[in-house]
Amino acid sequence: MTQIIAPQTAPRETPCSRALAAGKVPSFQDIILTLSDYWARQGCVILQPYDTEVGAGTLHPATTLRALGPKPWRAAYVQPSRRPKDGRYGENPNRLGHYYQYQVILKPNPPNLQELYLNSLYEIGIDPSLHDIRFVEDDWENPTVGAWGLGWEIWCDGMEVSQFTYFQQVGGLDCKPVSGELTYGLERLAMYVQGVENVYDLDFNGLGVSYGDVFLENERQQSTFNFEESDPAMLKRWFEDAERMCTHLRDKRLPLPAFDWALKCSHLFNLLDARGVVSPTERQSFIARVRDQAKGCAVLWAETQAPTQEEVV
Amino acid sequence: MPQFLLELFSEEIPARMQKRAAEDLKKLLMDALSKAGFLPGGMETFSAPRRLVAVVEGLPERTADVREERKGPKVDAPAQAIEGFLRGAGLTDIAQARVVSDPKKGDFYVADLVKPGRATPDALAEIVPDIIRNFPWPKSMRWGEGTLRWVRPLHRILAVFDGEIVPFDVDGIAASNISEGHRFHGTGTFEVKDFEDYEAKLSAAHVVLDRDQRKAQIKADAQTLCQARNLELIDDEGLLEEVCGLVDEPHVIMGDMDPSFLDLPPEVIRLTLRVNQKYFVVRDPKTGGLAPHFIIVSNVKATDGGKKIALGNARVLAARLNDARYFWDLDRKASLESRVPKLDTLVFHEKLGSVGDKVRRIVALAGEIARLVGVEDVAAARHAALLAKADLTTEMVGEFPELQGVMGRYYQLQRGGSAASNQIIADAIRDHYKPVGPSDHVPSEPVAMAVALADKLDTLTGFFAIGEKPTGSGDPYALRRAALGVIRIVREGGVRFALAEKAAGNGLLDFILERLRVSLRDEGFAPDVLEAAFAIPDDDIVRIVARVTALAKVLKTEDGANLVAGLKRGANILRAEEKKDGAAAQGIVSDALLAEPAEQGLNQALVAAESQMDQALATEAFDTAMAALAGLRGPVDRFFDTVLVNDADPAIRQNRLALLVKLRAVSERVADFSKLAGA
Repeated sequence: MTQIIAPQTAPRETPCSRALAAGKVPSFQDIILTLSDYWARQGCVILQPYDTEVGAGTLHPATTLRALGPKPWRAAYVQPSRRPKDGRYGENPNRLGHYYQYQVILKPNPPNLQELYLNSLYEIGIDPSLHDIRFVEDDWENPTVGAWGLGWEIWCDGMEVSQFTYFQQVGGLDCKPVSGELTYGLERLAMYVQGVENVYDLDFNGLGVSYGDVFLENERQQSTFNFEESDPAMLKRWFEDAERMCTHLRDKRLPLPAFDWALKCSHLFNLLDARGVVSPTERQSFIARVRDQAKGCAVLWAETQAPTQEEVV
Repeated sequence: MPQFLLELFSEEIPARMQKRAAEDLKKLLMDALSKAGFLPGGMETFSAPRRLVAVVEGLPERTADVREERKGPKVDAPAQAIEGFLRGAGLTDIAQARVVSDPKKGDFYVADLVKPGRATPDALAEIVPDIIRNFPWPKSMRWGEGTLRWVRPLHRILAVFDGEIVPFDVDGIAASNISEGHRFHGTGTFEVKDFEDYEAKLSAAHVVLDRDQRKAQIKADAQTLCQARNLELIDDEGLLEEVCGLVDEPHVIMGDMDPSFLDLPPEVIRLTLRVNQKYFVVRDPKTGGLAPHFIIVSNVKATDGGKKIALGNARVLAARLNDARYFWDLDRKASLESRVPKLDTLVFHEKLGSVGDKVRRIVALAGEIARLVGVEDVAAARHAALLAKADLTTEMVGEFPELQGVMGRYYQLQRGGSAASNQIIADAIRDHYKPVGPSDHVPSEPVAMAVALADKLDTLTGFFAIGEKPTGSGDPYALRRAALGVIRIVREGGVRFALAEKAAGNGLLDFILERLRVSLRDEGFAPDVLEAAFAIPDDDIVRIVARVTALAKVLKTEDGANLVAGLKRGANILRAEEKKDGAAAQGIVSDALLAEPAEQGLNQALVAAESQMDQALATEAFDTAMAALAGLRGPVDRFFDTVLVNDADPAIRQNRLALLVKLRAVSERVADFSKLAGA
């Protein structure tokens, strides 16, 4: 494991500061680039999105799995999150079936994580002397991976712009050391920074491309798929296949590919759920099946992370 | 006398936990100090978003020396015993002990021990870490690489006694004299000498330490803002309590809402503002309805006077209300009728089936009850019951479960039109959940009463049938509340029915009657009066309450109170004589054997009272029945004053006992007077 680079906080030019200096609002991608620039300076590995459908950025193995075990770890990445049930055919200005989260994990959490987070807001153009920023209790729990933590939602002028969590358990195992996890809701944050009422009106690149240009048609078509055209029988079959694959890979003690298949189970369940074909009793059982797989992967991963004899000496 | 100041400085403590934490700190510190031999002159604790604070006044510099006399063995005791005594008392030579002479025991040794007091800081350095490690947070966490648990990461411990730092450390956090102020308005850390210094520096660093002061400030500023615009602040103590835990220094700002949102149901607007955004709601006194404004309590004093904060909050609110409007528009596309089949997919309880199953049961039961509560159109009651739960499938209730019933009413009004008959059904959909608490209204419109009773009775019958009864520690299905709801609806509506027919089985009848007894006790009826009245078997709530009320009333009269003494005396004599005879006294009173005028008088009075009571009880005129009974007081008193029951002639004795049996039987038609205390 390479050494974590010490944070450096010297102010510097970022895409957001350049936009603001030019009298423009930062674009959607300015915010992403600035956050990456900022967290890279805090010693984070800047990763790319995970290439499997996930319901939340937390489920990227760089967070869920790396939160376990004793080794230090700092990473940041954008993660597209798919929530089939939240799709609204592109008709709701605030709800999306597919959106971006910016995810940061620092393990162990540095003592000044709150300050580091507030500095990141400052860098994307939110000035704490003009805005009301607050830490409002919000405990996080993801039963599917047996994970929970305590923390807050961060409110900026009444809007939740991030989730801030100190991971206590993943896969039912204690996190030692504790990781600090930050999740920025990028669309909301950008709507706030740009003063836009409708997500599709977001300025994506500062050169005339809007969020709607990129994603509106996707929301329409995916909603139609999620609610009308998906094939429940096929989804159920695929779920069972994915579940079997996951079990097999766990038997072979391969937690990383096994986790991919657990994620697929989770997404297939979300699709079934959106289609409205899951009865309440079935729902409980599906959730329990996904949980068993995901937790099993986490536990297996943790075993591979235990310090070797050499490291202990 | 020296003062001890403690501040536990952490990341933001959940608002709902702060007040309790300050109380817990006070109690723990007080207990630990008194256990260590201190008698603090006074203690105050405080809570703010990032700190818990205690200030203890009037502590000594050290605890007093404790002197103790330890008795030893006799002077002529064996060497071993003396050595043991020396060891135990910590002496090196027996010459250090005194010799005391006792006329009975003779001469023996006594050691004078002095347990020296401790320096107060030493004691505090033990007490405080222990409190920190065992603090009763509802939820606590670890952070970084440490093992200490606190509600959120604990950063600093300020512990100053008499101007000096109390030396201790807890998991690497060393006690200091350093604090800091507001997260954004403070100017870094500062050193603290004592509480006065601390409070002044905190105040300069924009922290209002006292939560009551923060609350008062929020309320006053909000009212001032409202008055300036001829608006009224809608008080909300719960929200005030929460919001004052989110700010170190409150800055109250008024925000504006697009008036077009006022088309939405006011309940939806209020919940959105209050629950999602923690804003106070404002009323327009001219219209009596909500005003298109709201009150924000900000933690920062913005350099632009709060303009950006007000605008930002207004935008967030608009997004929230747009969401609500989306639900409102979407939900209104489908009638409640068309939603009923979906209830089959909602689980009510694993063993009690779906909500759809429950609805079918309520429809049947509401139909049965309808006539009893005065419903003229039984079909309306059944229809209201069918639709009562349909709003559980709406988006709005999915988002705000608190609005169940309320939204159903709106949706029914939207689709079903404004005819009076539909209004009744719509209101019943809303009101069938009532009463939800002691201060809530009780439905009084017959259709609503029928559905409300049916829903609650079904819940009670179902959960009792599967053995899910409330226990001392838990009532997860709120069955006490359901039973109380039944009782209140029945009492306030004067609904007459035999409870046993609608709520039988598995102890449910007793459970409801017990709730009735408890609520009557809370209303001030004496336990023994309830005992006496409840001893008459009955399952008609209205009649039971009438009986209790009449009994309590008659007992307040002189005749009533004295009659009780007479009845008790009679009962005691009967009991004693029956014991003597080894058999229950019985028989018919023979007029011929009534020798004394007093016994003749009592007998006549009993015959008259009995016929009066017969008439009164037939119409449930309990007051009249009780008055007839109380009228026996004179004859009863005269009987006991002049007649000896235990006559030498067994026939006369038997006849007098029969008279007493008759007296008891007459009295037991309204209550069991032997259960009454006193007299």
